[in-house]
Amino acid sequence: MTTTADTAAPLLRVRNLTVRFRTPRGPVTALDGVRFDLARGEVLGLIGESGSGKSVTLRSLLRILPSSRTTVSGSIRIDGREVLEFGARDLARHRGGDVAMIFQEPMLAFDPVFTIGHQITETVVRHKGVSWAEGRARALEVLDLVRIPSAKLRLDEYPHRLSGGMRQRAMIALALSCSPKILLADEPTTALDATVQIQVVLLLRELQRELGMATIFVTHDVGVAAEISDRVAVMYAGRIVETGTAAEVLKAPAHPYARGLLASTIHGAKRGDAIAAIPGMPPDLAALPPGCAFAPRCRQVRDACLATKPLPRALGGGRAIACIGGEGAIA
Amino acid sequence: MSEIAHPAEPALEVVGLHKTFHLRSGGRTRAVQAVTDVSFRVGAGRTLGIVGESGCGKSTTARLVMGLIEADLGDVRLAGREVGRSAAEMKAFRRRVQMVFQDSAASLNPRLTIEASIMFGPVVHGLSRAEAKTRAHRLLDRVGLDPARFAGRHPHELSGGQRQRVNIARALAMEPEIVILDESVSALDKSIEAQVLGLLSDLQAEMGLTYLFISHDLNVVRWISDEVMVMYLGRVAEIGPAEAIFEAPAHPYTRALLASMPSLDPEARTLAAPITGDPPSPIDPPSGCRFHPRCAHAAAICAATAPELNAPSGDGRLEDLHRVACHMAAAGASWAGEGAGP
Repeated sequence: MTTTADTAAPLLRVRNLTVRFRTPRGPVTALDGVRFDLARGEVLGLIGESGSGKSVTLRSLLRILPSSRTTVSGSIRIDGREVLEFGARDLARHRGGDVAMIFQEPMLAFDPVFTIGHQITETVVRHKGVSWAEGRARALEVLDLVRIPSAKLRLDEYPHRLSGGMRQRAMIALALSCSPKILLADEPTTALDATVQIQVVLLLRELQRELGMATIFVTHDVGVAAEISDRVAVMYAGRIVETGTAAEVLKAPAHPYARGLLASTIHGAKRGDAIAAIPGMPPDLAALPPGCAFAPRCRQVRDACLATKPLPRALGGGRAIACIGGEGAIA
Repeated sequence: MSEIAHPAEPALEVVGLHKTFHLRSGGRTRAVQAVTDVSFRVGAGRTLGIVGESGCGKSTTARLVMGLIEADLGDVRLAGREVGRSAAEMKAFRRRVQMVFQDSAASLNPRLTIEASIMFGPVVHGLSRAEAKTRAHRLLDRVGLDPARFAGRHPHELSGGQRQRVNIARALAMEPEIVILDESVSALDKSIEAQVLGLLSDLQAEMGLTYLFISHDLNVVRWISDEVMVMYLGRVAEIGPAEAIFEAPAHPYTRALLASMPSLDPEARTLAAPITGDPPSPIDPPSGCRFHPRCAHAAAICAATAPELNAPSGDGRLEDLHRVACHMAAAGASWAGEGAGP
């Protein structure tokens, strides 16, 4: 949603990305014209609630949506190359090589019957065409990088033998093993205990800086987004409704949904303080209204909101909102 | 805590609760000390928040209070009276204490309509079907689900937030005194969580309900609780008024837990994680203070003896109710005022 004519082309440029699923209940629009750029070394936090399209965005970038049930249109360009046109060979390099992903549940990334070391080594050998011994040396290097104590011993451990926090670190090591250009992080700290979550968030922040790796960090937790993001994009019903720097969006959200989300996030409130919940329910993606998807829950709704989908409009400084609610919408 | 409580009889009092599970693996038995010497009281119409990480014993405590598992040692008292073990007493007890779980779908019978689920308990406890139905409709309306639209639906036709409202209505249909909320809003989206929390708070005020609110989300616990109990590896680390726990935490673990909360301000981010490593397993927990291997302030005594719950030093205003299980905090903590909290 940044304005056109960037002098330096962004590493990742997503335009009009639309994803539809065929379901027994009929077609569902999971992403509806998503547009954003990601610069080299930048962390973009994608925030929103269930069904807003955060995870589908990541899965489209990695091209891992089930092709038989999915229609994807639009454009995803990494370094100028169109990802949606990749053939089998390009995809093999793309997934886990140029672009790596980490998940909420590390057991999704690991095969339980092979050791951590074996799996990282295998990935490096496959992507980089190096010898097994070189791959294993790289595996040790990345386990050290993610601060796993006695990394050498951990190489020969099976995933289930590690504690939750260590398993999450091992998964990060696997993702970093082939030096990806882009790291996709899908709620990687959500299932962790509080004292462990902050360790993993800070580790990711340090590694991202050290390695200068562009990152898209999906989270429903506004606090985690604040800790790690340079820029933030707020999603609702498959659309990006607001983008800007983390400080702009999280401290002074402009879109009515973004403001509602921030207001309903309880932080530092004491017993009896009022909380401002957003009324109504999340949208049904199989039956979206013709206009703004947030209109049925919006306190500032007007007739025009019901008729046409609001397009993103720039507020200056790389900040944009998809809301026709005039200047009154801006806090 | 030793006064002969007449004016404010606690609605719920738990004294010296212990529970050890025995796991058999590979021919040997290992003891999981899930809950060790847990005591607390909750005044009528008030909320006790219970916080702590995996393996701290918060959910086991809830199940012990509910009578879903039997304690090795210790008592549960409702309105000052010990709960007996006879079938009749247990049945009455199970009406008076209700629980709402995290998984809204797993808690409802998928084959029953919403109305039938809510009516089930009261009918078992002797209410006529007609009365139970009237009550179910009144409660559905109260939790924000129009009975005309929702009474005949099945759980899969509802969203997670709606199902959790049904679970709350079902708990309230038993006209309980105490409701145990075990991560009841944790799986909900933020906008829906705020709605359900608002509902819980209104219902408490209307009906004088006493809540045990278990959650990993410290922000939510602070908002809903009058008192807070912090647990670590099966023991109470600190207990007291919510204000004291959040504004003047005395236990190094409480301070670490609070300092682990993400900042929410991109311009004032967390600089360093307050403690390293994962919480250890409650199997063979550390000797003495169970937090000592991870504590920056640990001294020899901490590994040797388990600390008792005492009033923290330097907290005059609230020390009547505030208790901390820490040798160092009671000895006059040199680290007090280090500024751990958010």
